[in-house]
Amino acid sequence: MAEPLLAVKDLKVHFPTEDGLVKAVDGVSFSIMPGETLGVVGESGSGKSVTFLTVMGLIPPGQARIEGEVVFRGQDLLKLPVEEMRNIRGSQIGMIFQDPMTSLHPFYRVGNQIAEAIQAHRKIDKKEAGDQAIDMLRRVGIPRPDERARQYPHEFSGGMRQRAMIAMALSLNPDLLIADEPTTALDVTVQAQILELIDRLKQEFNTAVIIITHDLGVVAEHCDNIQVMYAGKAVEYGYARDIYYDADHPYTWGLLQSIARVDAPRSERLKPIKGLPPSLIFVPSGCPFHPRCPYVFDRCRTEVPQLLPVDGHHASACHLSLEDKDRIFKQEVMVHQ
Amino acid sequence: MSVTVSERQAPSERQGVQPLVKLVGVKKYFPITRGIIFQRHVGDVHAVDEVDLEVYPGETLGLVGETGCGKSTLARVTMRLFDATSGSIFFEGRDITKLKGRDLRLIRRDMQMIFQDPYASLNPRKTVGTIIGAPYRLHKTIPKGKIKSEVQQLMELVGLNPEHYNRFPHEFSGGQRQRIGVARALALRPKLIVCDEPVSALDVSIQAQILNLLEDLQEEFNLTYLFIAHDLSVVKHVSDRVAVMYLGKIVEMASGDTLYRDPKHPYSGALLSAVPIADPDLAAQRKRTILEGDVPSPIDPPSGCRFHPRCPQSRAMSLAQGLGDQPHPRCTEEEPELTPQHPGQVAACHFPLPDRALVELDAG
Repeated sequence: MAEPLLAVKDLKVHFPTEDGLVKAVDGVSFSIMPGETLGVVGESGSGKSVTFLTVMGLIPPGQARIEGEVVFRGQDLLKLPVEEMRNIRGSQIGMIFQDPMTSLHPFYRVGNQIAEAIQAHRKIDKKEAGDQAIDMLRRVGIPRPDERARQYPHEFSGGMRQRAMIAMALSLNPDLLIADEPTTALDVTVQAQILELIDRLKQEFNTAVIIITHDLGVVAEHCDNIQVMYAGKAVEYGYARDIYYDADHPYTWGLLQSIARVDAPRSERLKPIKGLPPSLIFVPSGCPFHPRCPYVFDRCRTEVPQLLPVDGHHASACHLSLEDKDRIFKQEVMVHQ
Repeated sequence: MSVTVSERQAPSERQGVQPLVKLVGVKKYFPITRGIIFQRHVGDVHAVDEVDLEVYPGETLGLVGETGCGKSTLARVTMRLFDATSGSIFFEGRDITKLKGRDLRLIRRDMQMIFQDPYASLNPRKTVGTIIGAPYRLHKTIPKGKIKSEVQQLMELVGLNPEHYNRFPHEFSGGQRQRIGVARALALRPKLIVCDEPVSALDVSIQAQILNLLEDLQEEFNLTYLFIAHDLSVVKHVSDRVAVMYLGKIVEMASGDTLYRDPKHPYSGALLSAVPIADPDLAAQRKRTILEGDVPSPIDPPSGCRFHPRCPQSRAMSLAQGLGDQPHPRCTEEEPELTPQHPGQVAACHFPLPDRALVELDAG
């Protein structure tokens, strides 16, 4: 068994606020192998972004209580001094964010911003860094990269800016790329271009990729493994096929059924998950999903379900028996497929 | 030259039905000026260019296209929020293009709008009751004393707790705020509601709730929707007919199912093939056309067919006819008209896609 590139063990991130303790991440564990693509799916407030901001060391230490381990190539990142973390961030773990409009500095030329990121980690002169920046822009598919590098972010379209962000994140050839909702702000056509690009670059650079999204449709073709998160916890994990064809958690079923599918006939009615995601201060007792779950029974209200293996790799956190889950999935969730 | 109205719709069931909204040759150009004191007119943004469109009572017409294709501008011209540069807008057969003052206000009762961003479209300093009640105060359709009870009924109708009448928008989640926007749009019992990307700012699970709500309300009040979104799967789900827009023009119109099965315009095909499908096997079976580049500038749109610089079909035709790897000369010179394809389907393309172009035919 090879060493995982990143292993997160029982991570908890709690923010003390005036209203109470916000349990943004509450006991999340997972790992990712070199070269793998992991999809992390959940609604707003499920803790998916906070988990990865913590991995990147971007949660200011005074603001949150962080527990658990984040082991990256055998090192616990949570215990590293700020200086060393800064070396790893950017050069070994790259990140791209949802909104390419706000993640580039509007006053600096795009090429210089990428070159600056390279110079922060490599001892090379400005000219060379600039050339590398142009080369990266070319590799992410920006036409006329030498001209484009001299332009400002406002001269780029949304898709181009996201490409520039990817160029910046990959310019130091990191082992892990974290993409937080990389396509949510973009048109579907551009979304397809960007996802294709991430796939291609993953092959080229042999980078492991984590794609964070709220839409299970987006990641269907691009992920090896998928983790579904709800209220700060991982509720299901498995191969992509496990999630789409053999899902085991009622929340995952809800996500699958609420997607308007372009291949479904018009007459079909969507089945949304009723209610709203819970407050992270007053997380429901027992299973956090129980107030919205159509299959709730007594045990769900009192006992927190653990993320347990269903078969080897595939795991879910739900009290329903395997037979029940199988039957419900086949009879109610998969019927339209 | 252009196709007549009856041919375009081929609506056997709609013959004799008067469209609720009809646009004839509508253009909207935004002038570009240079200079501070003496403003010289140096060009125009061709946001909407010669659009003909009918929306029939009780139907949902979906409008899809990429950012900047003019779909929101078209909606705002229809609502008379922008004045059309040329062309005419008819509402229930009446020309409303030049209406002003009192007459315009009266017609506005019949058409309302739901906006994309539920955070920006509600005044943060007003209570929910005030926001939803505003149309009543402006149009004075009911006596002042009755506004509160009416608003509370509306809140209940859209799935909000009427006791939250005095709360402020920040106390609600994104999905609930969108319900507030829906209640406000419903207040005057309009005939037409223009939904401008009503769910694109919401999580998928909440999107489904809002889409179902819109469907229920349509049935209850016999509403007509003009539904705008860039997400084809959402548009197809709610719409009876779907119009695809590219650079200010409608390039294809068909029922959602026809469009999904047999898109004729290569742009519709590319748009469809880019839609993610939550089913890895099915997704792998679909042919994917990834469009190169971005939408060209609407200031100086390409000659002939506006899609020709990005069109894979035009290049393929040109190669097949031994004209080299470039857009076909017919596409660069001659602007295609909307022509009938399958029943109820029109597309503006010289070389329409074959049937079932998006599905790999591995079974045969």
